[in-house]
Amino acid sequence: MSAEIRQDVVGDTSRAPVSQIPKLGKKATGEAAGYIGGQVSATIDGHELKVPLGTTILEAAKSMGIRIPTLCHHPDLCVAGVCRVCVVEVEGQRTLQAACAYPITAPIKVYTHTQKVRRARRHVVDLLLSEHYGECYTCVRNNNCELQSLAKEFGVDFFRFGHVTEPRFEIDSSSYSVIRDPNKCVLCRRCVRTCIDVQEVGALEASGRSIGTRISTYLDKPLGEVVCINCGQCINRCPTGALHAKDASDDVWRAIEDPTKHVVIQTAPSPRAGIGECFGLPPGVPMTFQMNTALRLAGFDKVFDTNFSADLTIIEEGTELLLRLYKALVAKEPVAFPQFTSCSPGWVKFLEHFYPEYIPNLSSAKSPQQMFGAVIKTYYAQKTGIDPKDIVTVALMPCSAKKFECNRPEMDASGFKDVDYGLTTRELAQMIKEAGIHLPDMPKSDFDDPFGTRTGSGVIFGAMGGVMEAALRTVLELVTGKKVENLFENANIVPVRGFDGVRYVELPVTEVSPTVEPLIAHLVPNWDFLKGVTLKLAVAHGTANAKKVLEDIKAGGPFSKCHFIEFMACPGGCLGGGGQPIPTSPEIRAARAKAIYDEDAASEVRKSHENPAVVELYREFLTDGPCGHVSHRLLHTHYTPRGKYID
Amino acid sequence: MTPVSSKKTPFTFDSIEPESGLKAALGKSRADIIAEISASNLRGRGGAGFPTGTKWNLAAAAKVPPGGRKFVVCNADEGEPGTFKDRVILTEYADLVFEGMTIAGLAIGAADGILYLRGEYLYLRPHLEGVLARRRAANLLGKNVAGRDGFDFDIRIQMGSGAYVCGEETALIESLEGNRGEPRNRPPFPVDTGFDGQPTVVNNVETLAWVACILARSGQWFKSAGTAKSAGFKLFSVSGDCTAPGVYEFPLGVTVQELLDKVGGSGAKAVQIGGASGHCIPASEFSRRIAFEDIATGGSIIVFGPGRDMLTVAKNFMEFFVEESCGQCTPCRAGNARLLEGIEMLERGECSMAYLRELLGLCETMQVASKCGLGQSSPNAFMSILKHFRDEIMGRTAVAH
Ligand SMILES: Cc1cc2nc3c(=O)[nH]c(=O)nc-3n(C[C@H](O)[C@H](O)[C@H](O)COP(=O)(O)O)c2cc1C
Ligand code: SF4
Ligand code: SF4
Ligand code: SF4
Ligand code: SF4
Ligand code: FES
Repeated sequence: MSAEIRQDVVGDTSRAPVSQIPKLGKKATGEAAGYIGGQVSATIDGHELKVPLGTTILEAAKSMGIRIPTLCHHPDLCVAGVCRVCVVEVEGQRTLQAACAYPITAPIKVYTHTQKVRRARRHVVDLLLSEHYGECYTCVRNNNCELQSLAKEFGVDFFRFGHVTEPRFEIDSSSYSVIRDPNKCVLCRRCVRTCIDVQEVGALEASGRSIGTRISTYLDKPLGEVVCINCGQCINRCPTGALHAKDASDDVWRAIEDPTKHVVIQTAPSPRAGIGECFGLPPGVPMTFQMNTALRLAGFDKVFDTNFSADLTIIEEGTELLLRLYKALVAKEPVAFPQFTSCSPGWVKFLEHFYPEYIPNLSSAKSPQQMFGAVIKTYYAQKTGIDPKDIVTVALMPCSAKKFECNRPEMDASGFKDVDYGLTTRELAQMIKEAGIHLPDMPKSDFDDPFGTRTGSGVIFGAMGGVMEAALRTVLELVTGKKVENLFENANIVPVRGFDGVRYVELPVTEVSPTVEPLIAHLVPNWDFLKGVTLKLAVAHGTANAKKVLEDIKAGGPFSKCHFIEFMACPGGCLGGGGQPIPTSPEIRAARAKAIYDEDAASEVRKSHENPAVVELYREFLTDGPCGHVSHRLLHTHYTPRGKYID
Repeated sequence: MTPVSSKKTPFTFDSIEPESGLKAALGKSRADIIAEISASNLRGRGGAGFPTGTKWNLAAAAKVPPGGRKFVVCNADEGEPGTFKDRVILTEYADLVFEGMTIAGLAIGAADGILYLRGEYLYLRPHLEGVLARRRAANLLGKNVAGRDGFDFDIRIQMGSGAYVCGEETALIESLEGNRGEPRNRPPFPVDTGFDGQPTVVNNVETLAWVACILARSGQWFKSAGTAKSAGFKLFSVSGDCTAPGVYEFPLGVTVQELLDKVGGSGAKAVQIGGASGHCIPASEFSRRIAFEDIATGGSIIVFGPGRDMLTVAKNFMEFFVEESCGQCTPCRAGNARLLEGIEMLERGECSMAYLRELLGLCETMQVASKCGLGQSSPNAFMSILKHFRDEIMGRTAVAH
């Protein structure tokens, strides 16, 4: 079987607004070089090298191993040039130039640390501190703050231009996910650029002028009341403690310390690939099994693998897809196509705000986090004889939107709050440190039964295209009756993987299985209706890309002909989630993705429908099968049209 | 310091035959038009003094992206305190300005002109629209302008948003595009990537009026006035402590004293040249010349009489910048606020010499590290007042409180 990637359908998915892309290329990539086609000589601190035309001074210096300090610059974002920390001297120019914003288009001589430069940078930091209120030792970003690092790097030993000694602004803690502390804001606007350019949500904007400049929301409303989708991408790119996730660790500690509570934690795939970074490891070192040990030491009663419910999601969502196809192709009933994935709560809220008319396209399947919560407080409670009111479910997620999701009022199918607390990777790292544990030193141990089978299909949920790949592994096997390994080498459906913002893949179904698996035999009589159908699939990550796809659908473009589209709110998928360790960059996300695919490849079970715990759950508990009554009550949900305009 | 707009000297503009500049331009090749402007040594009248011929050459050579087109923008934001000469030009010589824009369009290959008009000048709009309508009717705008085949050019007016920084050309372009008026990073420059990402020439009102005159007479004629480095004539908006405030024309290179004598400000203690972002010149330096090579100005001259408290003058200017900074970059946003606090400390007699030195160091950083001309020039007034009136300022006794 061959899947075809259709680049022509995808088009340009670069995000920077046109006006902000300097004509001569904004990055020192081969692309910029190709655009202009030339090389230019740059002499930096006396060393000469040739760089592609349009390379910024910052990038040229970096490629020579010369470090220029930055603050408003971020590798994921378009150039701002506002902090002025990166200024350098350019021969022949009266003023200093911002290295991050200066494209080299003619031979240039640059000096990166003359007396003039050092004094200007020092003054910039002095000025930032003169407007900054915050005590590092009480700050969530202590030891991981770019302002703090700059102060140290420049040897700031007193407040040259004074210092704010009292908070001037109220902290906005209205959101379930993101807390804003404007007292610590340095107005670098990385959050604004993230929210506008990367996510195209536009919940944050710069308002006011001069010393009255603030980062604010629409009409200055609390963040919890505007179109913010809780993705936390702004947090990941904030250099300071001005943005952070709402911390649930105190609540979780309290539950752990309460002897009447049975505290279980489910851990999602992405945090394992990232948490090592909080302990000084390079990105991409998986900590799955060390983490299991640490969690038990910290006091959790059970440690489960979210992969279990990811597999469950695939069964439910995959069945839903097959049912939609059946209805459309055989029963000729009107059904909403394409079906959209629903496991990313940031994406779900994005759709609810900006494209509420497409809510029928969203799979009604809950996200793995919420399915797990519902199963724990019902099936697991029954099985173990523990009163569900005494069970506290904690979810370790790479995500800040998961905190919002578990607080959605409809998420109480078990009769209780299905998931009590969402913890981010960063918060868990903090808890582990508080418990006196150095994670990398932990011996390895496995997950607890019954939800501990290591499946690869669940693991790859963390990467872009992962849900699609997992769904395909199951759907293709069910439909064709062939092992995926025989269709794709090592069952790796590579065409749907990758970091480009949008992917479009066509997959012709040339043969179908003569039989239907018993699990869903009551739903479809046979697979003949899919024979000869070309499945059209797409993957989009980052809501800016999601928007492109939705606009195409609206306009009746090629994406409107799709059957199934995976959407993830965060660039790179969950491994780039808003709860992951800071900093983030394309390289860091790529390293985490590798860790995830390695774990998949090493898994015993790589297909959701072969996960024994899932099979058993349907046998023992969800006896009317996928998309049946019980499953509908516990594992499916509904959505809320919210609209763009909030009053 | 109420600005008075009346015209106090004859203007060279009066002697120019209407449309003779455009007519001459229509008879020339694009390269020859620009060559004439270059030969005149005309430098921008908006403040920065960039050679107009060079700017046009860059814009003419700039490649237009497929489907794109070039623009000519006339900067009529005139926000510098104490400047009102562009208002007088637009009121009395609007045709000359539109003629200059049309010539610019012809020279660089643009079909669209935009007049960015200061919000406070809204009342001028009906008049200007009337002039434009008349020009359209006379085929001085529109398709095949004045019978030149293939040369289409028209002008529209867009109102400014009221912020001083919107006079900075890249902020102006952002504002034209409907964004917050915040300066962009440069490079790329507007001649390459301007309005809508297209090559754009931004020129001051007065610059464009001189363009029409130069084409009407010649580059040589213009160059024969002024100094070697500062060619031609310049309009000055004069206000403050003088008996005859108003708009004056002088050749560049005029001394401060000559100017003061003309405007009835002979006994002045100091003169602020170039508005809030300019320099404050004490009486001992009145023999200096107003020219790009000595004291440059976009046209604002504010006279301070003997009774003026120079620290208060500095404070007023600094309050202006604390109000008008766009707030984007650190040196300007926070720097101006710290300088104003410093001035208030000086007022109270509480600023130590050591801290004053720190502030002067900060001024130098702001001049070189700010993102745009506003922050780069905002410390000028404070620095020059402190330099020339140090005794007056430091002599203040600490106020007991
Ligand atoms: C803060 C600031 C305000 C400015 N305001 C004006 C203005 O009101 N009018 C103007 O013509 N130029 C203004 N300029 C200069 C413009 O950026 C630009 O240099 C000028 O319009 C170019 O035209 P010229 O070459 O004809 O002078 C300002 C510059 C700065 C930094
Ligand atoms: S934001 Fe950074 S500098 Fe400010 S208090 Fe927190 S750690 Fe310290
Ligand atoms: S959480 Fe996401 S949507 Fe909300 S402000 Fe941050 S970037 Fe924007
Ligand atoms: S909140 Fe953070 S990212 Fe946003 S402007 Fe402030 S410091 Fe920068
Ligand atoms: S110098 Fe001032 S006006 Fe200019 S960009 Fe910076 S903050 Fe804005
Ligand atoms: S990092 Fe270059 S200006 Fe901020």
